[in-house]
Amino acid sequence: MSSKSKETLHACLHNVNFMIGFFMLLSVVLVAIFADKLAPSGYTDFVDNAFLSPSQSHWFGTDELGRDVLSRVIYGTRITLKVAILGASLELIIGVVVGLSCGYFGGAIDHVFTFLTDLTWCIPGTILALAVVTLIGKSLTNSVIAIAMVCWASYARPIRAKTMSLKTMAFVETGKAFGESSAALMFRYILPNVIPSLIVMVSTTLPGTILSTTTLSFLGMGSQAPSPDWGLNLSKGMDYIGSAPWLSIFPGIALVYTVLGFSLLGEGIRDILDPHLKSQ
Amino acid sequence: MKKLGIGLILVVAVTLLVFSLLYMMPGNPIDIMTDRKVSAEKRAEMVHQYGFDQPLHVQYVRWMKKIILDQDFGQSVRYKVPVWNLMRDRIPRSVKLCGWSLLIEMLLALPLGLLAAIKKDSFYDRFSVNFTLMLTSMPSFWLGALLILIFAVGLKWFPISGFESARNYVLPVAALTAGSLAGTLRLTRAEVLEVLNEKYVTTALAKGLPYERVMFKHVLRNALIMVTVSVFMSLPWLISGAVVTEKIFGIPGMGNLLLNSIVVQDFPVVQAVLLLIAILTVICNLLSDIVIAILDPRIRIAIGGGDK
Repeated sequence: MSSKSKETLHACLHNVNFMIGFFMLLSVVLVAIFADKLAPSGYTDFVDNAFLSPSQSHWFGTDELGRDVLSRVIYGTRITLKVAILGASLELIIGVVVGLSCGYFGGAIDHVFTFLTDLTWCIPGTILALAVVTLIGKSLTNSVIAIAMVCWASYARPIRAKTMSLKTMAFVETGKAFGESSAALMFRYILPNVIPSLIVMVSTTLPGTILSTTTLSFLGMGSQAPSPDWGLNLSKGMDYIGSAPWLSIFPGIALVYTVLGFSLLGEGIRDILDPHLKSQ
Repeated sequence: MKKLGIGLILVVAVTLLVFSLLYMMPGNPIDIMTDRKVSAEKRAEMVHQYGFDQPLHVQYVRWMKKIILDQDFGQSVRYKVPVWNLMRDRIPRSVKLCGWSLLIEMLLALPLGLLAAIKKDSFYDRFSVNFTLMLTSMPSFWLGALLILIFAVGLKWFPISGFESARNYVLPVAALTAGSLAGTLRLTRAEVLEVLNEKYVTTALAKGLPYERVMFKHVLRNALIMVTVSVFMSLPWLISGAVVTEKIFGIPGMGNLLLNSIVVQDFPVVQAVLLLIAILTVICNLLSDIVIAILDPRIRIAIGGGDK
């Protein structure tokens, strides 16, 4: 192990936020992997009477169709992690493609970038995402795509800024003098140095992406029934909040726990990779 | 002037974008207005009457012409009343909801953020940083659900939903404020910390100016520039409303109107509301530039110098 990665590992182990976030997410991942074993029943099984309050046999109660809420919350982890993986990949692709090319080429491409950013900011995010989902069809995957299309500017912006400052550095100039092509300069010279910024960007924007996707599910434009999606369950649960609050409380707690885990991990990663911000 | 020009282009681009998005959507607004029994001829006639059979650019020009010449935003397909009437009823409710929330958010976030920055690394600072992180990890609809559960269902202090009396607005305003408070508090804290590192603050303290005076006159004023910009940027949101909060608490405001209209594809309403919001966004952008210039002498000089 090189001394550099040893140093990073040391920084990770000593960052409280990072460690707390890491273990919170680890528990979520484990629950998702072993959902079959942990859940008392399948998430679509009708196990008992409807609206049973939490008890020995059903820890989180049963929902309006008599399904076990605990099982649905457990299977919901898989959906949230799928959103996280999909969201992070889209963020990376947008960050690299848009951020790198705008920062590297500048000029007309960059003007278009700025204009499109302003354009997206003129329309309320939720509404734009709703319009995109209506256009491409209601589903979980499409709701993540819609969120990425609304928030693309915030993924590209930090990468663009970093690329701009790297572009003027001596090692890039040297590469240019040796006749390297633009593609080589972008991907072999600049990209490796942008990776820390990419990681920071993804880890700080991911909690927001997960929340927004859940909001779309809550509004009925994401996952469709009978999916155990937490946002969808919460929105169903809102109809019975007076009589059966456990329908909305437990998916909510699970969601806050997961997003908080991602946020803490993100803060930790930012502190470790971006010491400038920490000194503030 | 250049900014004004870009602003105008932006407004046109937003309307074009909205137009093409709606144009490409599956489904057909006539299906929303009529039930299945209506004959095909009647449908075709209605399509023609609303101009849905025209090419996109013809529809666009016709729409713009009506707005500019007659101040006519068109008819809602769903409610069959002029769009303007719908907006006129709903704007005050959204302004009330979002305005109070913005005000309370500022009154809380600014002093708390300043305090957290001044007492950096103290228990209070750590507490507020972690507490705001917790708040930002909560989806607004769940926070709303919790508030309803505790204060409306449990304690029965406030009604669950409705919009007639002031009591109806307490919970939604609280839910909205809690959501946005965290961001502003963190922004204020970060900005104050940045300013505290500036040399002019050290100078001011070194030459013996009273601590409070330095904090308010030097630090807060400079730290507030970014915060003010973010306030101005969120002003259009007063009109656009809070989609999720309005849905949970059953407030028929602009957010609710926009949500329902996009779900049932009530094109004229969506177009008109988004046009209004786009115009407001552009205006607020320009205003925030002016406010920055007033607050920050360096930028004022740069603009006055005429090199831009």
